[in-house]
Amino acid sequence: MTEQNANTSLRLKTGLAEMLKGGVIMDVMNVEQARIAEEAGAVSVMALERVPAMIRAEGGVARMANPRLIREIMTAVTIPVMAKARIGHFAEAQVLQEIGVDFIDESEVLTPADEEHHIDKHAFKTPFVCGARDLGEALRRIAEGAAMIRTKGEAGTGDVVHAVKHMRTIMREIRALTVLSEDELYAAAKELRAPYELVRMVAKNGKLPVPNFSAGGIATPADAALMMQLGAETVFVGSGIFMKERATPLDVENNPAERAEAVSRARAIVIATTHYNDPKIVAEASEQVTGTMKGLAVAAIEQEQLLQTRGW
Amino acid sequence: MSTASKDTPLHIGVLAIQGDYAAHAKALRETGAEPVLVRKPEELSSIEGLVIPGGESTTFLKFLTRNGFLDALQSFVRNKPTFGTCAGCILLAKEVRNPSQESLAVLDATVERNAYGRQVDSTIQLGESKIPGGPLEMVYIRAPRIVKTGPEVEVLAERDGFPVLVRQQNIVAATFHPELSSDRRVHQLFLDLVREQRKQDL
Repeated sequence: MTEQNANTSLRLKTGLAEMLKGGVIMDVMNVEQARIAEEAGAVSVMALERVPAMIRAEGGVARMANPRLIREIMTAVTIPVMAKARIGHFAEAQVLQEIGVDFIDESEVLTPADEEHHIDKHAFKTPFVCGARDLGEALRRIAEGAAMIRTKGEAGTGDVVHAVKHMRTIMREIRALTVLSEDELYAAAKELRAPYELVRMVAKNGKLPVPNFSAGGIATPADAALMMQLGAETVFVGSGIFMKERATPLDVENNPAERAEAVSRARAIVIATTHYNDPKIVAEASEQVTGTMKGLAVAAIEQEQLLQTRGW
Repeated sequence: MSTASKDTPLHIGVLAIQGDYAAHAKALRETGAEPVLVRKPEELSSIEGLVIPGGESTTFLKFLTRNGFLDALQSFVRNKPTFGTCAGCILLAKEVRNPSQESLAVLDATVERNAYGRQVDSTIQLGESKIPGGPLEMVYIRAPRIVKTGPEVEVLAERDGFPVLVRQQNIVAATFHPELSSDRRVHQLFLDLVREQRKQDL
């Protein structure tokens, strides 16, 4: 790819991320959930076979969703559709690009396929989003071609504590770079284990070169408002909308009361994300919610059971 | 505007429900205007023009159909200059297809959503336009297509025979994203309309 083509490609990829700003991206496991998400005002849906809370509870190898399911969801809604590929599994990513998903999430929520290499995302026309816990990790993913970064948090818990930790870390590390002198940036790049050119860019602009979204444990309207105020440009909500017990989804297809509950949560989080700086509206939105996902405190999870430590 | 004099900067609202409103705010600042983010109907009262950005039109509508926002916006657009890009263009159009949905119905045009395909079909092109200064860069992201326009609508640029930049009196609409390019001529064109309107109001 020539430099000019690479630049055009990146602008188109981050261009779609720009369009998603200030919105909510929702994990969905079937067509009915996707419709609820769209009706509630989601800007995009992430098509999955199992949400992280179920993956965590059921164990086994978590892989890319069946393309048939993804296609059904793409047909059912008009908003952009995302899907996840395993870390390093470029063949899954090729399949997702082939069926035309709008964004690929190279995700730690699935079982990694490569213990060393992430996908070379420059090789794709479809944009990628990747998780990060700190600035160095974010910049390594951007170097590989990611067009959007999301904090990892700890997916499938309904506990926002690590989304907060990762967002604060990234924002703090960005601010720290902006006060360094030019000749200190080389050592900073070494410390961050990130390419010097990207480090320099962040130091100069005071922000990531791609949109910075938040994910991993956001379950309530106030959680969404919190992440937006901490600097997230959009939020991903996974298990928080469609889960009842820790690993049991609400039955939105057959049970009208449970469908209404999912709708109330989805709507409220969408409203709170737009009006994140307006506590009166966040309060009103929160009052509309009936029931909340039963969470799982991140502090109670064994170190080796954490999803966020996947990826390098 | 009672407070505006000839020389105060133009106060331009940017609908900030969701989407690339920050990119528009930056473009407006670069052209000397003062952007004001608009998230509630009452915030329309302090501005002289409005930008409806790109984003998801379905999401915009969820907010607009609550609290009388759509009515407030409709009466604003009938009286003040408005500029819509992509989702904003969809929202302004009289008729929306694929699928059909509610809109402000002030621009005499029929717009088809996602008409060029999905994200893999997004593209950047250089095109001719009626704006002086040479070809214009046009960034299309999951773009809609203007399939029909009424007699009042002036077509300022086309792609494959379909309008991509149009003007109808005080309304400017583009199916691409001028805010994502460094060329500010389309924003200037819109600000000229706002200046014209201010002159008439003073």
